Amino acid sequence: MAEKFTPSPLFERVERARRRRRKIKETHITLAHGSGGYSMHELVEGLFLEYFKNPILELLEDQAVFEVERGRLAFTTDSFVVDPVFFPGGDIGRLAINGTVNDLAMSGARPLYLSAGFIIEEGLAIEDLKRILRSMREAAEEAGVQIITGDTKVVEKGSADKIFINTSGIGVIESDARISAARACAGDKVILSGAIGDHGTTIMVARGELELETDIESDTAPLGFLVEDMLKEAARVESIDAIRSLRDPTRGGVATTLNEIALSSEVCIQIYEDRIPVREEVRGACEILGLDPLYVANEGKLVAIVAAEVAEPLVRRMKENPQGRDACIIGEVKREPQGIVAMVTGFGGTRIVDMLVGEQLPRIC
Amino acid sequence: MKFIDEYRQSDLAHKLAEEIARLTDQPLKLMEVCGGHTHTIFKYGIEDLLPPNIEMIHGPGCPVCVIPLGRVDDSISIAFQPNIIFTTFGDMMRVPGSKTNLLNAKAAGADVRMIYSPLDALKIAKKNPDRHVVFLALGFETTAPSTAMTVLQATKDRVENFSVFCNHIMIVPALLGLLDSPDLKLDGFLGPGHVSTVIGTRPYEFVAKEYGKPLVVSGFEPLDVLQSVHKIVKQIIEGRAEVENQYGRAVARDGNPKALRAIFEVFEARDYFEWRGLGSIARSGMKLNRKYAAFDAELKFAVPGLRIADPKACQCGEILKGVKKPWECKVFGTACTPETPIGSCMVSSEGACAAYYNFGRLSKVAERSGMNSAVARG
Repeated sequence: MAEKFTPSPLFERVERARRRRRKIKETHITLAHGSGGYSMHELVEGLFLEYFKNPILELLEDQAVFEVERGRLAFTTDSFVVDPVFFPGGDIGRLAINGTVNDLAMSGARPLYLSAGFIIEEGLAIEDLKRILRSMREAAEEAGVQIITGDTKVVEKGSADKIFINTSGIGVIESDARISAARACAGDKVILSGAIGDHGTTIMVARGELELETDIESDTAPLGFLVEDMLKEAARVESIDAIRSLRDPTRGGVATTLNEIALSSEVCIQIYEDRIPVREEVRGACEILGLDPLYVANEGKLVAIVAAEVAEPLVRRMKENPQGRDACIIGEVKREPQGIVAMVTGFGGTRIVDMLVGEQLPRIC
Repeated sequence: MKFIDEYRQSDLAHKLAEEIARLTDQPLKLMEVCGGHTHTIFKYGIEDLLPPNIEMIHGPGCPVCVIPLGRVDDSISIAFQPNIIFTTFGDMMRVPGSKTNLLNAKAAGADVRMIYSPLDALKIAKKNPDRHVVFLALGFETTAPSTAMTVLQATKDRVENFSVFCNHIMIVPALLGLLDSPDLKLDGFLGPGHVSTVIGTRPYEFVAKEYGKPLVVSGFEPLDVLQSVHKIVKQIIEGRAEVENQYGRAVARDGNPKALRAIFEVFEARDYFEWRGLGSIARSGMKLNRKYAAFDAELKFAVPGLRIADPKACQCGEILKGVKKPWECKVFGTACTPETPIGSCMVSSEGACAAYYNFGRLSKVAERSGMNSAVARG
């Protein structure tokens, strides 16, 4: 027994309201924003879509679908939990984009697409979230990548600290580059793209426990274009194979990165203290904090192991890129003692530079 | 960096090292008492510069390294008592007790916080009036004044939810212990710098007068250390034994009277205090005196207070006395590493073992792979 369905003029109004673009009205994130219901749609459409606008994301499917280019793909993931969320030179959003972009770039890949997963603590100010999203958008534009899929969860107060972000990324390796930490050979040179220790020192100072005031800023920056320049230059001078290893020395700093390479490649890496650029302010702050800049995190620097023949022209080319302005050769690879990073100190002695153990604890006297 | 780079000039260092080599080729054993000097010696590779006849012995002057197991256990026991915020310096977090350390205690739920100054602990106490804040105080006369000032401040501000678990120690009784130790043969001492900014150089005069050993109070930059070694060697070949002050830019003969007054106001000597590896030394530890007993955590909390013997395999004692070199210890670099320290000498960057492990393995590694450090140096 089918009843006749008579459309009412009310339906039209409801329909119009449902189609209206959602705008977020609250001032703080509530648990409702993670519920999967209306509030979450408001958050996704009113905020995330607004900031990350692109044709793939706009479809709002459960997954992003895109064409695969020819060549090999690089895929990586990273989570960001930095405290404080905002710091001089950047914030957690910028870090989340650049961190994943750089991990892709270190394989010689051109970064293409990113995912972004947010775990937000109830009570985060929407203004703060907007500020983070804005800088993610800017960082993505600078790095030439798009955020094409994402997810949001909201947890009760105390279950997370303000906001955690996970980003995964896909890039395409268009060249025949075989970049790996296991490819360093005796005779190769070690290149560093600029001054070290800026990011870690900035965060330490920004925590405010020491009441230090400095002008140091985080160095967070995308390195994809710098790597592209390096690959081109290596191919021009010799062969793309001349670039053996690339790493961005984040947690654990340059010391830890070099140790990883020395161990994987079973070689000795020797560096010279007086060739390693460290900003004056960073040196000063580290001296006070009892830190060694070699172990302090960077977010916009790379270490490259390259064939000796290409080292000089590579450094010249890197200096033309804003991310490689202070690039320099800081050491070389030797056959023995294997697995060891040694440093000739500015003082003329030699010492081992080991991996970081635990946290870098300040000394007491 | 101004006021720092001047003391790290490589060309001057090489000249000084040559000068030292010219003075004598007689084998000499010199002890740097202070852990800060040990750190400098390794960080800058000073042993590479010194002539082979001069041997540096790394003494017991790392306050973290001489904390006995029992005191760490006591700290952990306090940290786990209800409603406690336990505060201490970062170096202390990984120092092993008989079962675990403060870092693990923190992970297991104790509220343990790292601070940079005892005044931070007082701040935490004021912010959390419903909880009790304990500060684990340690160090020589260097850090004792800041603990004393904090106790005085707490008295002035009438803070009642704050107390100090006091492990402050004194340098002179330790020196006496070393000088009287029968298995120790030293030719001279590099005197501590930071401690001396507080106590001055006068308290060391007995080392020269009664024991006939030269002592030079030294700064912490590499050139300071080299110049001090030069001064000691010069005294020895000239047959003198005196107390000299190389660190004149910070140390006065009578020390810092204000800091000393604060120490005497708040602390008194314990009859005995146990040092890791060195055993019990008379009148070598400080505790809060009767006037400030209200701030003494040892009177407030029941702690196990046990004396616990060092692990058998660990030779921290011999190493602290300079009788053995770190690599002569059986567990060095095998069971005992900075990641999983058995002995406290492996924990702090001022500990002799950690310094050798982190900075000093090059010549050992090079020897093993059949080359000398000069080759490794290129």
